Amino acid sequence: MAGLTIRNLVKRYGDVQVMHGVDLDIEDGEFVVFVGPSGCGKSTLLRMIAGLEEISDGTVSIGDREVNDVAPSKRGVAMVFQTYALYPHMTVYENMAFGLRQAKTPKDEIDRRVTSAAEVLQINDYLERSPRNLSGGQRQRVAIGRAIVRDPEVFLFDEPLSNLDASLRVQTRLEIARLHERLKSTMIYVTHDQVEAMTLADKIVVLRDGRVEQVGSPIELYERPANSFVAQFIGSPQMNFFTGGDVATGPAGYVDGDTLGIRPEHLIACDAGAALVSGKLELVEQLGEYALAHLITAQGSEFIAKMEKPPAEAYGDTLHFTAIPERLHVFSPDGLSKRG
Amino acid sequence: MNPTLVRWLQAPSIFVLLLWMIVPLSMTVYFSTIRYNLLYPERTGFIGLDNYRFFATDPSFGPALINTLILVGSVLVITIVLGLAISILIDRPFRGRGIARVMLISPFFIMPTVSALVWKNMLMDPNNGLFAAFSQALGLQPVEWLAQYPLFSIIVMVSWQWTPFAILIFMTSLQSQDQEQKEAATLDGAGFWSQFWNLTLPHLARPISIVLLIQMIFHLSIFAEIFVTTSGGPGVSSTNLTYLIYIQSQQAFDVGVASAGGVFAIILANIVALFLIRAVGKTLTV
Repeated sequence: MAGLTIRNLVKRYGDVQVMHGVDLDIEDGEFVVFVGPSGCGKSTLLRMIAGLEEISDGTVSIGDREVNDVAPSKRGVAMVFQTYALYPHMTVYENMAFGLRQAKTPKDEIDRRVTSAAEVLQINDYLERSPRNLSGGQRQRVAIGRAIVRDPEVFLFDEPLSNLDASLRVQTRLEIARLHERLKSTMIYVTHDQVEAMTLADKIVVLRDGRVEQVGSPIELYERPANSFVAQFIGSPQMNFFTGGDVATGPAGYVDGDTLGIRPEHLIACDAGAALVSGKLELVEQLGEYALAHLITAQGSEFIAKMEKPPAEAYGDTLHFTAIPERLHVFSPDGLSKRG
Repeated sequence: MNPTLVRWLQAPSIFVLLLWMIVPLSMTVYFSTIRYNLLYPERTGFIGLDNYRFFATDPSFGPALINTLILVGSVLVITIVLGLAISILIDRPFRGRGIARVMLISPFFIMPTVSALVWKNMLMDPNNGLFAAFSQALGLQPVEWLAQYPLFSIIVMVSWQWTPFAILIFMTSLQSQDQEQKEAATLDGAGFWSQFWNLTLPHLARPISIVLLIQMIFHLSIFAEIFVTTSGGPGVSSTNLTYLIYIQSQQAFDVGVASAGGVFAIILANIVALFLIRAVGKTLTV
């Protein structure tokens, strides 16, 4: 097992630069999630760590070893692909044994490792089946099993759950969390789903356009987003943003031109006198456990309030909200958080 | 639609197809059992299997059968090996790939007669051919390809003509190969050859069997290349079954014996096809 150090990593395709000097430190045994919208470079970054994409500039080190020029199979990484990428003409057993066979591992050693990995993942009943006779969830386990048998220092997951249906996704997410608990190895996980990021990660790396926007624990990103992009990306429903005339009296440090961010779950209904923001009720989504009120300010900014029960007011009525000062986020015009 | 109606609507076209197949086939079978030589029109009558005996005991029959099998076998091996190699080579994107592909496919669009003439007169000719010019440039005696290695020359021509077919089929199915599987194999430490044997070849099993079967059907009846270049010679060294049947019908004018040869060729094609399907059938299950 080992940590990972990335220094000033750059990726260019011809004249187009897609990765702009990424620096990152990943501790031994950490579960790190790369998250960001599509095209942000999270998969490219993962593939550069794996050795599937060439590194244009900068370095990647696994443990103390710089691996820029090390062959992918010698880097001590194993990857789980989005499409599983199982070898269709081999049985589950052969799929898992393939890497070890390439490394000329003795047969009984292969057998021992495949069997023990299969037990961990509860796939020992279909070791002799071929991948096309497995369900999506089972294929996913085989793909994870193929990574486990190689006993890598770093596990890489490339959106491993995106091809599964919703219920299976929740279940597999838990299993990956348990697996990490059990193996305690370094894991890097790419997703565009912020729920996966929040639930799995020790550390989240938010990427946008080939740059790291913020690195931190899930709760840090939720409570202290460094900029409006991260604030918007983490949390569901998204953070509400208010400008200028939307805000009755801004908190300390709020000047004209700044943006005020309040999460839907932090808006507290109040009367007109105490209101921080007010809006006309447009629509209510009733979810049982809570209700989402969609509102629009006098200025035309839309926002959402998460309420315990649906408001009594009719559509078109004005509602007033406030929030406690610690829960307010002030962003300067360039998008940076003023809380520092 | 009701099934009976469907059947009635299909019936005319199926009937035409049946006629198209059954009329020439039964006429061939019929001719093969009667005395029918254009030089002796007065000699007629049913003679049982005598025509088959004449055809099979013809001194050219044995060599022709062996030549046919050698020709089909070697062309299949050459086109599939070359086709695989070239299609894998041009699978990766490179500058001018589109043009390279068109050029690689183009020999397939040239008529066999024309390509045979080009090979015979422009490339293999011992006086004016390109190969002869190379040999002379190196100070060697030009090879008389068609006289010294007639069957080999035919194999070269036919392979040149048919490798593009294999490339075309393999190229398209390589495009459908899963790239992530290859990447997974790269991470598993598999090099080029290991990936080729474990991923690419199994992926191409079906296209390979298609190429085998289609080419076999065409190669059993190779005629133009032989007719234009060697005329089956020297002696019978480049005579195949098709050419032997041609000699029987158009030079000996013995329609009866030629028909018997035709029936024999049909049986041979079926036997070869049966073996090939058996052999590749096992790989077809994925």
